[in-house]
Amino acid sequence: MSTEIEQPTGVSRRRFLGYVLAASTLTVAADLGAGATPAAAAVPGVPEPADLYDLNDMLTDATLATANLITITMNADGTASFALPRAEVGQGITTSTAMLIAEELDLPLSKVRVSLADARPELVFNQLTGGSNTTISTWTPVRVAAATAKQRLLEAAATELGVPLSALSALQGVITAPDGRSLGYAELAVSAASLTNLQVSVTLKAASAFTVIGTPQNRIDALDAVTGRKQFAMDVQVAGAMPAMICRPPTINGTVVSVQNQAAVQAMPGITDVAVVSTGVAVRGRTFGQCIDAVRALQVTWGPGSEDAATDASVLAELRAAENPLVVPPLPLLTEAIDARFTFHFASNSALETNCAVADVQAGSATIWASVKSPITAQEEIAAKLGLPVSAVTVHVTQGGGSFGRKLFHDAALEAAEVSQAMGKPVRLMWHRTDDFRHGRVHPMSISRVRATYSLGQVLTLDQRHTSVATEFGHGLGEIITASAAKLPVGGLTFSETIFTLTQQTPYNFGVTTQLLTEVDNGFHTGSMRNIYSPNVRCAQELVVDQLAAAMNQDPYRFRRGFLKDPRAVAVLDKVAQAGNWGRTMAPGTAQGIAIHAEYHGFVAVLVEIDCTPATVNRQIPDAVTGPRVTKAVCAVDVGLAVNPTGLQAQMMGGIMDGIAVTLTSSLHLADGVFQEGSWDNYFYTRQWNTPPELDIYVMPPTTGTPGGAGELAVAGAMAAVACAYGRATGTMPTTFPINHDAPLAFTPLPTVPPVPQSPTDGLGRAY
Amino acid sequence: MPTHTFVLNGQQVTVDVEDDVRLLWVLRDILGVTGPKYGCGLGVCQACTSHVNGKAFNPCCTPVGDLQPTDQVTTIEGLPATVGQDLHPMQQAWLDMDVPQCGYCQPGQIMAAVAKVLQARAAGHQLGDADFDEIRNICRCGTYHRIREAISSAQTKF
Repeated sequence: MSTEIEQPTGVSRRRFLGYVLAASTLTVAADLGAGATPAAAAVPGVPEPADLYDLNDMLTDATLATANLITITMNADGTASFALPRAEVGQGITTSTAMLIAEELDLPLSKVRVSLADARPELVFNQLTGGSNTTISTWTPVRVAAATAKQRLLEAAATELGVPLSALSALQGVITAPDGRSLGYAELAVSAASLTNLQVSVTLKAASAFTVIGTPQNRIDALDAVTGRKQFAMDVQVAGAMPAMICRPPTINGTVVSVQNQAAVQAMPGITDVAVVSTGVAVRGRTFGQCIDAVRALQVTWGPGSEDAATDASVLAELRAAENPLVVPPLPLLTEAIDARFTFHFASNSALETNCAVADVQAGSATIWASVKSPITAQEEIAAKLGLPVSAVTVHVTQGGGSFGRKLFHDAALEAAEVSQAMGKPVRLMWHRTDDFRHGRVHPMSISRVRATYSLGQVLTLDQRHTSVATEFGHGLGEIITASAAKLPVGGLTFSETIFTLTQQTPYNFGVTTQLLTEVDNGFHTGSMRNIYSPNVRCAQELVVDQLAAAMNQDPYRFRRGFLKDPRAVAVLDKVAQAGNWGRTMAPGTAQGIAIHAEYHGFVAVLVEIDCTPATVNRQIPDAVTGPRVTKAVCAVDVGLAVNPTGLQAQMMGGIMDGIAVTLTSSLHLADGVFQEGSWDNYFYTRQWNTPPELDIYVMPPTTGTPGGAGELAVAGAMAAVACAYGRATGTMPTTFPINHDAPLAFTPLPTVPPVPQSPTDGLGRAY
Repeated sequence: MPTHTFVLNGQQVTVDVEDDVRLLWVLRDILGVTGPKYGCGLGVCQACTSHVNGKAFNPCCTPVGDLQPTDQVTTIEGLPATVGQDLHPMQQAWLDMDVPQCGYCQPGQIMAAVAKVLQARAAGHQLGDADFDEIRNICRCGTYHRIREAISSAQTKF
């Protein structure tokens, strides 16, 4: 159901239905499903499903099933308030949403307040933050609500000033009459309010009239962030909610058999409670430091976990055994083939804010504070766990300290609720960093086999078989897929296969192209990591593209350019090639790499230069992995319309750092049923010493006029570009990622019993 | 229970807590000062970086019993007052460059940056690549490039 009015008489496509709601100050609303349009098939060649209808179309279409409203309130102080039914975890959506409101309302950006909505079960599918879908799905409804407010303010001003509405102009929160008299929105907030609910028709601004959308804006929460005032879940002050931690098993999914010293631990300084829960032994105390002491003191007999015998090698063998064979049709004589197989090791989506939540469970109700991207699912699962009706559970969505896919799940919120109920007290539950790496959700290990055939200057086929440890999608996306199943161009697939099919595209005209996913082994805690399958799948493809170019004696840039399907892809590729001086002479041991990625209705190209010379690779930094250094990265991005170019550049920058990490340094090592990594000096995410000294990000001018997704887009392009550059610098195509995974461990693993290390005591001695 | 007195953001504070409790928890869980963040409790991620007597340190690795009554602890909340302004020039540079994404690590990044600039200044040089290599603070959003730009622009402004 779209509320867009499209009449045969040629009425503007920009007219939409908005609502004025009965309230004491002006309150307006729009249907969150407004504005979604059917996906259009416009791609020549042999389209893959994702070309026609991708994950974002599915996420956007799923919202059409709900007729529930999002509301903007004009306050008597002249500010506008909006509770965004999405999670802000760093991607900048509160800022971009405030920009949409400021634009249509003609109000200064500084007067728009965007908070995060509590779980709203009536929104059904429309409160999931994922798939880089926020701006795609809220682009129209948020503007419709804001335009409704402005129209209502103009009507109120016309009455008060006694002049026709058409004679008034609105600018920066002030409405002015031709004779110079003016009224501020603050003065109109009450008189513009309605006693009854009204449905009205509004017109949205034409893009040519935009003064906010498309302009670089700094984050609306930056001041709070740099002053320490930004409030994350663990900063929320809830009466009686004392710190709580879990003593976790030595292997994944291990269970508590018995606790030998519960009374002694409960008597430790500061500790108030000890309780066995489904994931381990919970302790609650005055400080987290004392909780750490208690966790370390607990003597627990543990039952086996779900993967106790598993190692990297055993999982790899499982993947190889499950890999589907490639079936290539009979081909003409003289056809040659490139055949490659890649391994992508387990990786962690752990954010800097570890899993955490505040829970206050009372006899007949529960209140939760947490950063969760699927709060309705969280609310439903918490209610089920506690034996409460869904309506008795309130989930407040807090600002999130990073997500990268991690907060699609609500492991800590569920755990905090269970612990609060078991102890009969409010708790502030936080995971220890070591637990966050070892027991937190992981990006699954996978292998990707790629076979491309070519003849007489043409690529005839490209087949890819991606085989992965299962990715869990049980966080609400599943419900969306169920609801959307009838519309999908891919029948009979599992949730994971559907996600794979809807996200994976080959941006090149490579003849007959197939990409299939096979999954094995459900014994791990997995989840999506930023850009889900794409970094691995597309990295494998782009490495094969470099091989094809070499086999056909073509330059990697010109080869790509010749085969790209979409002119938007060509444009970003050309941009990085030109801005990055593609093809310049490079010293031995250094090289450029170039790659492209299309997803979320957008295109990104990345060009990097890498230094693999011994002097760089062998740089010594304590407790660090140095290795090859990306010395320069150039990125060009086209998301159709960049609402906030500054924010888009920030997302590209972060995605590039992720791409560097998963290619060169960061992975989890599995041994005997547990991941070895337990700190940021074990899990080697990009650090200052890995950061490219030169970084240039170009935002392309608007192409489609509507925004695509931004948060994840860069990871796949960056990973592929770094991998290609590494291959060209060393003369050997990398096939295992990250490239250092099979080297001796660069750290000494922490013990598993006790499960968390004690904090050092040498803080003053290391002051600088 | 032992009593500990120190100066926090210019004010003398006294807390009753065991000697070995790390200062991070005294700040966050007892005093309600939540600018310094937990990221590891191991002195690795640097999210809790604050200043003691003008030098950067990790409260997560400092037993509260190690502090003397005259020790000056400054968290991000107290940083502007050290220069007598509403915002420290380093914070202003962070705003100018729109550095934060999720913002969780940024208090620690800023406190580390200020100390690193002062350290380089005392050694008589401007910050270079070698100094950046010594900044160990994790930013999982990957804002490192803007952090470098912000530090470079602010280093002559205080």
